[in-house]
Amino acid sequence: MSEQMVKLVAILMGAVLVNNYVLRQFLGICPFLGVSKDLKNATGMSIAVIFVMCLATAVTWPIQTYLLVPSNLAYLQTVVFILVIAALVQLVEIALKKYIPALYRALGVYLPLITTNCAVLGVTIANIDKGYGFAESLVNAFGSGLGFFLAMVIFSGVRGRVEHAQPPKPFQGLPITLISAAILSLAFFGFNGIVENLFKI
Amino acid sequence: MNPILFAILAVAAIGAICAVMLTVASKVMYVHTDEREADLRDCLPGANCGSCGYAGCDGYAAALVGGDAKTNLCVPGGDDVSRQISDILGVPFEDVIEQVAICHCGGSYDVSEKKLEYQGIMTCAAAKTLYGGESACAYGCLGYGDCAVVCPNNAVCIEDGVARINPRRCIGCGACARVCPNKIISTVPDTVRVIIKCSSCDKGADVRKKCEVGCIGCRKCEKECPESAITVTNNLAVIDYDKCSGCGHCAEVCTTKCIKAADFSGVFRN
Repeated sequence: MSEQMVKLVAILMGAVLVNNYVLRQFLGICPFLGVSKDLKNATGMSIAVIFVMCLATAVTWPIQTYLLVPSNLAYLQTVVFILVIAALVQLVEIALKKYIPALYRALGVYLPLITTNCAVLGVTIANIDKGYGFAESLVNAFGSGLGFFLAMVIFSGVRGRVEHAQPPKPFQGLPITLISAAILSLAFFGFNGIVENLFKI
Repeated sequence: MNPILFAILAVAAIGAICAVMLTVASKVMYVHTDEREADLRDCLPGANCGSCGYAGCDGYAAALVGGDAKTNLCVPGGDDVSRQISDILGVPFEDVIEQVAICHCGGSYDVSEKKLEYQGIMTCAAAKTLYGGESACAYGCLGYGDCAVVCPNNAVCIEDGVARINPRRCIGCGACARVCPNKIISTVPDTVRVIIKCSSCDKGADVRKKCEVGCIGCRKCEKECPESAITVTNNLAVIDYDKCSGCGHCAEVCTTKCIKAADFSGVFRN
């Protein structure tokens, strides 16, 4: 494997496990708590997130590199990114409704919901901050989406169990959910350092 | 150029480009949607209970516009909603046949046997996974009230280990029927007057050992029914409500009294 490939795989693994957006960087907590009640919704949401993360990166990276940086407007990053991502998701939604109604129905309400999700914005900005190239940015976005998917699927399973349990009254509902999320997050901290050691970078 | 002005202009330009793009796209890729669908969606209750047989209120509204759904399927909405729907669609009004949930088990603590002492999580779903629950009968009510928890109108309660449904409170949404792990609750038209309070497919002799009020499959009701509305399959009597006239003769002849018939007060469906 070429050095570039190794680097891309390392970025992917790192994004999924080590720098997991939900459980490690605490971005995108809102859908993580809101939509993780059952597996079906969690999957739909996660697929929409993967989709939008990749798409947003594919658009914002060129804008930052070829538009904002050359004209000394890099400080407008956040504003411009939000604007562009929102418009883009809207455009994609219109296009999907027309040409791929099946996918439109599958993504359903989640597509507009995550338009300006902080995890989506976080990925696009992290790509710039870490100085990734275009391919690396895309891989990172896809990996982050996958990490979100993983966290959502695991957590919807956990919540299924928690619902059957009978915690003490003060812990019922959201408190026990937050505690479970914290424990899951601690578990993910166990992945610390594996990418560096696995790929020797 | 003033850097502040430049920044404002740049963002405004990007915004304008996006706006133009979206406007053009929404014109070019316009999908014709029937505005009646939104109106229908608004007049439906929005409970997404699924008792109409479609995937939620949105699904029902879409099917109505498509013309392949009847206007009287929304049970929680009742006649009011049916009337609004027929007004919007311009078709004749049809009565909603109100549904009511009934529990096909009468095996309360005093008439049925236990096979184990269950001390686990107090939900039917959990109890079911441990040898099918506490009761000796594997088909009957588990008695931990999953149905009572999901009922949106507090129509279900657990009494002596059996679910009892208050027909006056029941809105017929069928949430209890869907959640019951033993599938002993069903929704029937509110005109039904005779019900079989047993779901056991065990052989007659086994049923007798486990429960005093179980259906033993003796076929007496099948033979005596003047309308031939009852058939015994898998050792269990089943009533075809399309044929049943509600005379209640089966309840009189039933050996174990597991068939209940009503005077027309409506309270019989305990």
